Formats: sequence, structure tokens, C-alpha cells
Amino acid sequence: MKQFISFVKKEFYHIFRDWRSLMLLIGIPITQILILGFAVTDEIKNSEIAILDNAQDAASQNLEGRFRASKYFHIVKMLHTPDEIDREFRKGKIKIAVVFPKGLREDLMHGNKAQIEIVADASDPNMATVISGYASAIILDYQQEIISDNLPYFITTKIRMLYNPELKGAYNFVPGLMGLILMLICAMMTAVAIVREKELGTMEVLLVSPIKPYMIVIAKALPYTLLSLINTTIILLLSVYALKVPIAGSVVLLLLESLLFIIASLSLGLMISTIAKTQQAAMMMSIVGLMVPTTMLSGYIYPIENMPLILQWASHIIPAKWYINIVKAVMIKGLGFQSVIKENLILLGFIVLLIWGSVQRFKIRLE
Amino acid sequence: MPELVLEIDKLTKQFEDFVAADAVTFTVSKGEIFGFLGANGAGKTTVMRMLCGLSMPTSGSAKVAGFDIYNQTEEIKKHIGYMSQKFCLYEDLTVKENITLYGGIYGLSSAHIKEKMEKLLKELSLTEDANKLVRGLPLGWKQKLAFSIAIFHEPKIVFLDEPTGGVDPITRRQFWEMIYETSRKGITVFATTHYMDEAEYCNRVAIMVDGKIEAMDSPDGLKKTYNGKTMDEVFYVVARKAKRQAD
Repeated sequence: MKQFISFVKKEFYHIFRDWRSLMLLIGIPITQILILGFAVTDEIKNSEIAILDNAQDAASQNLEGRFRASKYFHIVKMLHTPDEIDREFRKGKIKIAVVFPKGLREDLMHGNKAQIEIVADASDPNMATVISGYASAIILDYQQEIISDNLPYFITTKIRMLYNPELKGAYNFVPGLMGLILMLICAMMTAVAIVREKELGTMEVLLVSPIKPYMIVIAKALPYTLLSLINTTIILLLSVYALKVPIAGSVVLLLLESLLFIIASLSLGLMISTIAKTQQAAMMMSIVGLMVPTTMLSGYIYPIENMPLILQWASHIIPAKWYINIVKAVMIKGLGFQSVIKENLILLGFIVLLIWGSVQRFKIRLE
Repeated sequence: MPELVLEIDKLTKQFEDFVAADAVTFTVSKGEIFGFLGANGAGKTTVMRMLCGLSMPTSGSAKVAGFDIYNQTEEIKKHIGYMSQKFCLYEDLTVKENITLYGGIYGLSSAHIKEKMEKLLKELSLTEDANKLVRGLPLGWKQKLAFSIAIFHEPKIVFLDEPTGGVDPITRRQFWEMIYETSRKGITVFATTHYMDEAEYCNRVAIMVDGKIEAMDSPDGLKKTYNGKTMDEVFYVVARKAKRQAD
């Protein structure tokens, strides 16, 4: 234990002595979060939709057919009760729901007006706006057609945004930023710190000493874990107080989930350190191999729904994607642990795989 | 019969179709200064890595400080010191912090570290610079500090991998005085080197050629056998037999 403590102390010295990097590590998230605005969104195809048809008449059948024919929507479920809407959203099965009122046709024929409700998941505000716009357009189209005999029909749409009623972009980029920052600090900094020891030759001295290799790794990871937790806290404080994004779910759960992702990123860094020979190589591998795919494929900037299928598959192997899903669920939607079990298992799988791989590579290197 | 610190018998390391160390056999006694010479790629680093537990031998046997290199590596690690050509100090740590770190890694108590450190700083006349970053020290001082740290936990044997690379002759001379001092204290010194004048300082020298030990004796003995005036001439005669290209 004494060995371990001396070693951890040393790691903290390294970090505090290099105050420029330290300022950078804490400064990046602060500037990013304060500068980053809304992300650009292109059209979104095949959004999962659920329809609650209270009317069951010719008008509602016609509209349903139009949704079914549209390339923008993919009907995943026909609902029977209003309660189901909420349930499907929480399961993450649908992006949008449309509710046809009872007696839709009657209202149109006799009252000349009807109201259709559209419910969208606004935790990704851009996507919610765009797809509820598409839905309104389909309904408007139908309205135009039935005006044929010069009688004015009005179908109004009532759009209800779930989870993020004010459609703030921050709701989308805060989780993404958390994923990116934690990945940056944990994976890249750990990889560089370990490779630096290799480059300086001090790793050899450590391997010859009685200190166990796993202790070296844990001691290196510890300061970065702490730093990352501090950064997570800063991002959360800034988003709550500067960007007015409330934390809907449990803060403790959010921090625990962040810790899980931190460990996953550290294992990635560890894996990189067993491959890279120089600090520059480690940094390049982290930037090209981690940062770029994470930014592009994690759904942080571009919606995953928009990507070609092959990139959608590729996005599954980006740990940050799963973490961002978790943060969206817990922080924005206020869901509990049971709704993110799948994501947790996937992250856990990444950790096991990466650590196993690193140990294998480490053994080979010693031979 | 003096106490043996290294007992090495037919130690062999094979990488696929390349034999890096071929049935290397020798012993080193307590307090001896043993020089390990050879051209680049002759296999000296391979042998040293095996003795330090950084690499597993393919066959043969070896005992370091009385412990078996196959199944007592943890014990070996506690009883050896190691210094590589890169000196292995942390430049962004102070002199004191470097000493404390290595003392801690070898499990010495804080009180013990403190006491030994005071003494060491005085010996190296580094007391005034104790709280300075190692980065600012002259190369020669770094080297002395690195060596002192390598023997801080009083190992039975210290391995020096080309310890004097890039250092001027006067500093090298002073460094060898430290090595003599160490050997007088009963710590065995095992050093690889390129410098033939350094080989003269050793009690005994082994010259490796193509993974085998070609010659092993005291510097004077070698000079007699190979009819050379200096170690340089001896090395030239012995190493000329090499068929393997340096890497």
C-alpha cells in the first residue's frame, strides 16, 4: 500500500507541475460549453412513429396511410390507450407519436375543423422540431386535398414536446460534450502518461522494481479519474446554472454512470498505450482513432438516425454513444437505472474486452 | 569460496529463428564489479533483461541473489537495483521527490527514507538543490543521483545498462569512484558498456559475440591471452569473430 501511495503522489506531481496542460484540461470543457451552440441537422428519415387512432374512421385511415407511405416515418406501433404513448417514449422505441381524436371525420364534415395532436421527444430538439414539422406537413397535405369542393376545412395540429419543452440545443449538446470531454481526458491523457514512461525508460525501472504493473496502471488512472469527475461536476454546474438545463434524474446515478464511462475511457487509453511507442503516436491515435469518430459517430453533432446504415453500425462500437444515451435518459428525461441497463452492460463489455486485450498485449511485449 | 550473487548456467533465449543468447554460463561473486561487453546486437541486453525478470529465458537456469529467475522473480525484484542509460529520473519531480518515490516503491519506511536521504544528499552535495526539479541539474549530477537511487534500497546486485552514455570523461571517472565505493560496501555491480577504458575498471570482464560469451577473465588476464596492450585491442580481436550484423 505504501508503494502504491508513493506512486499515486508522483502521478499527482506530474499533473500539477504541468500546469499548462492542467489549465487546458479544465479550460476546454468550460469554453466548449459556453461557446457551442446549436448543431446543424439535415433531414431525418424513417423516424419511428406510433399512432393512437381514437377515430377509426375514413379520415384517420387516410392519414395513417399517408404516414405509412412517407419515407420520413416508420410506423412501429399502433397504440390503443393514451398511457401507451408515454411508455413507448420511455422505452426509447419511438421519436414521435400522433393522436387522432375521436370522431375525426365527423368533426371535419360537420364542424369543418379538427385537432390532431403530435407528441415528440425533444431531448434532441433539432430532431424533434424537424420531424414534428414533417408530420404537420403530411396532415396539411391531407387538408389541402379535402378542400376540393371549396369548403374550408381546418385541421389544426397541437405539438407537444416531451422532456425539453423549450427546445434548447443545450439539452442535446451537454450530454455529447460530457462524453467527448471525459473521453479526451481519460483515454488520451492516460495513454500519453503511460507511453511517456516507456519513452523515458522509466517504465523499465518500474517493471524491474517490486511494484506490480497493475498498481502502476491504477496509480496513473487515479488522478485522471478525479480530474474527470471534477470536470463532470463543472459541466453539470455550468449546464444547470449558465445554460438552465435542469438535471431531471438522479445526480448520484448520473455521476455513477459517468464513473463507469470514465473507466471505459481509461481502459481505451490503456489499450492505446500498449500499441503506441511514442507520446506523439499515442496522441495521434487518440485524436484520429477516438476523438474524430466520437465527434462524428456518437450522435453528438450529427443525428445517428441520419447516417447510412453502415455508419449506424459503426456507431455501436463508439463507447461515447452509449454514455450519451445514458446521460440523455438520466439527465434530460429523468429516467432511472432500469431504463439504461442495456447501455450499462455494453459499457461494461467494452471495459472487460479492453482490459483483457491490454493485458494480453502487455504479456506479449514482455516476452 | 566467496558468496555467489549470480549463478548462470546455459541461459538461452530464442526469438523464433534467432538465438539472442546462446547457452550463456558464468558466475559473479559478492562485491565483484563485472563488466559485460559486446557490440550492438551481441545479446548483452537480452541477458541482462532475463536476469532482471523483464524477459523469460527459453532454457537454462539462473539464480540472482540466490533466487530462481523462473519462479522467484518477485523476490529478485526486491534485491536488485537497475539503472538504464536513460538515467530514469522523473525530470518534473524534485531531487527529494525522486528519492522518496523510489524509496517508497521498494517499501522503505518514511523515517528510514528521510534519514537515508539526508545522508545521501550530503554525500552528493545536493542538499541545497534538494527541492529543485531534476530537469535543472547537470547531466553528471543526474547520473550520480540515478545511481544512488538505484542502490538506495541496498540491493545485493545493481545492474547498470550502459550507465555512462553521453557523459564527459571526468564525470565518468567520478562515477566509477562511486561504483568502487558501492562494491566495497558489498554490493555487486553488473555493468554493460561500450567504453573500453571502462572495461579496465572492472574486476572481471565477459565479452559477448553473437549471443555467446567468447572471452571472460580479468582485464589483465584477457590482455595476456589475446596479446593486447589495451582492452580496446582485446575487444577488437575477440569481436572480429562476429558474423551477425548489429541491429
